[in-house]
Amino acid sequence: MTQQTELVTLSAAQMAEAINAGEVSSRELVEAQLAAIDAAEPSIQAFLQVSRDQALQQADDFDARRQSGDVDGLPELAGVPIAVKDMIVTKGIATTAASKILEGWIPPYDATVVRKLKHAGMPILGKTNLDEFAQGSSTEHSAYQTTHNPWDTSRVPGGSGGGSASAVAAFEAPLALGTDTGGSIRQPGALTGTVGVKPTYGGVSRFGAIAMASSLDQIGPVSRTVLDAALLHEVIGGYDERDSTSIPKPLGKLADAAREGQRQDLHGMRVGLVKEIGGEGFQPGVEARFREAVSALEAMGAEVVEVSCPHFSYSLGAYYIIMPSEVSSNLARYDGMRYGLRVMPPEGKAQTAANMMAATREQGFGDEVKRRIILGTYALSAGYYDAWYGSAQKVRTLIIRDFAQAFEQVDVLVSPTSPSTAFKFGEKMDDPLTMYLNDVATIPANLAGVPAMSIPAGLSDDGLPVGFQFFAPQMKDEVMYKPAAALEAALLEQQHGPIWQSMNTPWLDGLNK
Amino acid sequence: MADKLMKYADAVSKFDPVFGLEVHVELSTNTKLFCPAHIEFGGEPNSQLTPVSLGLPGSLPVVNKTAIDYAVKLGLALHCEIAEWSQFARKNYFYPDMPRDYQISQYDKPLNGNGYLDVELDDGEIFRVQIERAHVEDDAGKNTHVGGADGRIEGADHSLCDYNRAGVPLVEIVTKPVEGAGERAPEIAGAYVRAIRDIVKALNISHARMEQGNMRADVNVSLRRNEGDPLGTRSETKNVNTFKGIEKTMAYEIRRQAAILDAGGEILQETRHWDESSQSTAGGRVKSDADDYRYFPDPDLVMVHVTSDHIEELAKQMPEMPRERRARLKSEWGFSDLEMRDAVNADALDLIEATVQAGAKASGARKWWMGELSREANARDLTLAELPITPEDVAQVEALIAKGSLNDKLAKQTVSGVLAGEGTPEEVVSKHGYQVVSDDGALLAAIDEAFAANPDIVEKLKAGNMKPMGAIIGSVMKATHGQADAKAVRSIVSEKIASL
Repeated sequence: MTQQTELVTLSAAQMAEAINAGEVSSRELVEAQLAAIDAAEPSIQAFLQVSRDQALQQADDFDARRQSGDVDGLPELAGVPIAVKDMIVTKGIATTAASKILEGWIPPYDATVVRKLKHAGMPILGKTNLDEFAQGSSTEHSAYQTTHNPWDTSRVPGGSGGGSASAVAAFEAPLALGTDTGGSIRQPGALTGTVGVKPTYGGVSRFGAIAMASSLDQIGPVSRTVLDAALLHEVIGGYDERDSTSIPKPLGKLADAAREGQRQDLHGMRVGLVKEIGGEGFQPGVEARFREAVSALEAMGAEVVEVSCPHFSYSLGAYYIIMPSEVSSNLARYDGMRYGLRVMPPEGKAQTAANMMAATREQGFGDEVKRRIILGTYALSAGYYDAWYGSAQKVRTLIIRDFAQAFEQVDVLVSPTSPSTAFKFGEKMDDPLTMYLNDVATIPANLAGVPAMSIPAGLSDDGLPVGFQFFAPQMKDEVMYKPAAALEAALLEQQHGPIWQSMNTPWLDGLNK
Repeated sequence: MADKLMKYADAVSKFDPVFGLEVHVELSTNTKLFCPAHIEFGGEPNSQLTPVSLGLPGSLPVVNKTAIDYAVKLGLALHCEIAEWSQFARKNYFYPDMPRDYQISQYDKPLNGNGYLDVELDDGEIFRVQIERAHVEDDAGKNTHVGGADGRIEGADHSLCDYNRAGVPLVEIVTKPVEGAGERAPEIAGAYVRAIRDIVKALNISHARMEQGNMRADVNVSLRRNEGDPLGTRSETKNVNTFKGIEKTMAYEIRRQAAILDAGGEILQETRHWDESSQSTAGGRVKSDADDYRYFPDPDLVMVHVTSDHIEELAKQMPEMPRERRARLKSEWGFSDLEMRDAVNADALDLIEATVQAGAKASGARKWWMGELSREANARDLTLAELPITPEDVAQVEALIAKGSLNDKLAKQTVSGVLAGEGTPEEVVSKHGYQVVSDDGALLAAIDEAFAANPDIVEKLKAGNMKPMGAIIGSVMKATHGQADAKAVRSIVSEKIASL
């Protein structure tokens, strides 16, 4: 292996260590990642935009700062590069939400999380692909390109954050940011063998995250290790006065919890298996890896019990009312008036603002986005509001209650992340309902606002990664980092190394320097 | 097509008008309702923007607490129940002046509900208007239509959007249907909106300038045959922005609807607008139940929490309300009903009060502000407060008169000098050398001259016919270049005649 190949396969924490030891500069890391991106992109296509110059500039700025000894107050990950889902606005870097309607829009401001990355001296490598406006579970709904799963490039990486997950899985970036509305960080995590965290709702500022469904959206970390996710979570988390739904409380000690977990001692921890997630519709290989992981938790001293969350079975239905309702309102602003695409009405039609808006939205949005806008517009209509939106909100309350009752009995809940491993391109594109079922295990966390994360639990019989999901109580994100890191460490021993050792990465072979 | 109108007197004898008003008041906070963009009237178009007020992707609203405090104060002044927990909701509709294509307003959980306002009419009668709610919402931007007639969208070839106003906080005050107003409906409506204007000015929560759009009203009117009948179909005339316009809109709608109903027709439920040039309302959009704003709680905003302690604190900061203040000032100043009403209508109360505080008598202060200065303001098309003269200046002029240093004529010249920017009254007086001639020697000489020049008048005076006295005084004033004290002249002349 060449030196750059070694660099890009380090975890973020290892990269940070190497920077601190003076073994590598931020610029060398960014150059290595850019080389990996150049090599991988023809087959992976995770990035919509590579911000090469800005990333190198940020790396140089950090290196200069470090050399002058001015590193007080910087987080552990300072200098480590990162990719950002194109659902998060970046000043001066085109941001599209993978939609034609935002083509060419260059934001004049940074999202709070991006500002925090910049303050942390973490160079931004570029913007990653997603399903248009984060609506989808395969990243096939991107208006620009299809992202491939590095485990098998004929398969999807999951979605909506397939770009961030594939970029991290393919070693194009050690870290990425995602957004999770119904599983868009965790499900791609499961399908690409990466770690994906959806923090507590309100734990990470949404300011600058393009809204899909405001009451469900949450920005979170994508990484290859649990500790890396915890370190990144600490960089981006915390109260932000610019987000009214941000919780004015300090974050827990996430990295400490992950490090404690690495000792593989879970005595005194109570783990609940969610009875309602699993069974019908779940691949046997997924369930097998899940059961083995549960045994591993038990072997480390955790007390495992089955817990019932009776209203989880209604969560998919409630989600597909609330989410499209909010989508229909949040996406109204893309009307061609102020930014992004503008399509004038065809000749012969009155050249009015209303007709321009209609023509722009007709051409600028893809089918899935239109489908959800129509669903949501209907659900909010006078006379239907109570029956649809009102009832869905009641279900939401019941799910919150289910979680509260469950967490009276156990410290964390666990389930498989996704019913299946990565599927083939086109397999579910004609059947939205089957596509929606991908999120059946992840949605309850969004509806209740509780934190959840997916970590790799080995490979299924088809040789593809399987995800294992932890849920923790609201604002107790640290509680899930400990068993997650413990399980990761235990599986690493059982499987003699990280799962990506089984992945073919021909694009890394060509790296040199 | 001109509307058929019934005579007003006939219309209100045949029908019972019921009306409702939705008054929008722009709050005078420094920054917008949901972001720190600065607010200033008349700024360069699109210069007062943040990502939030432009609705850029990813931007989020955060509630301006000062705006909520202002709205609570207004709620208290309107005797509303203040909700400890209220909620913002999205009102969804597409329009180019709406940066997000939804307005953030309040729907089923408004900040203020169930209030009333006692409105004093010109004859002193008090009419109570019941208030349904007074909720908080953000304003839209402003479209300017170019290429058509009178800036109307019809016939325009393009429009310009200015989003400076987008996000400015508004309180919308909605009345319950106002019944029992009868023929006085327009008068009550006008007085109600004036009363709100006075209240928001007293609270110092709005610039309350109708002409700048700080306040505007939607006027809803319906007619029914008899009091107690179910409400008729209403028309809604939007964005009327003068007091007179509100009264005229209502009178016009009563006449228009009466003519239609009397002829057996039906009222269209529609939005109309008041056209100042033709003094009529014109039909706009037909409103139907199909208007569906798809309200739902704004998920970007947590509920607004105003604690009862905080409400109490705000209640303690409430100034005296305009009606109470007027009653107090009227009795302190000894004004008649008419004098008080004129002063109120001329927006002169503050100025008179400040003039009195600076040492003038109320009658003197009133004389200046309601007389000479009102005429000046009219001529210059300014408000009284905008005239370049302060209450202190007026009080100084009054003091100079009281001292006998100025007579009426000189006082007017002094005020003119102040208005012309020549300085304070004392500076003007000394600059022009204005001085009442009260030196008896000089006066006596002038009077002797006048007597010598008008022997026939002197004879008449001697005979007890005092009518031509003015001619003698006039020539004395002329001889002294107006600087004589007319009173002194009169008394000396009287004494002299008596001793002849």
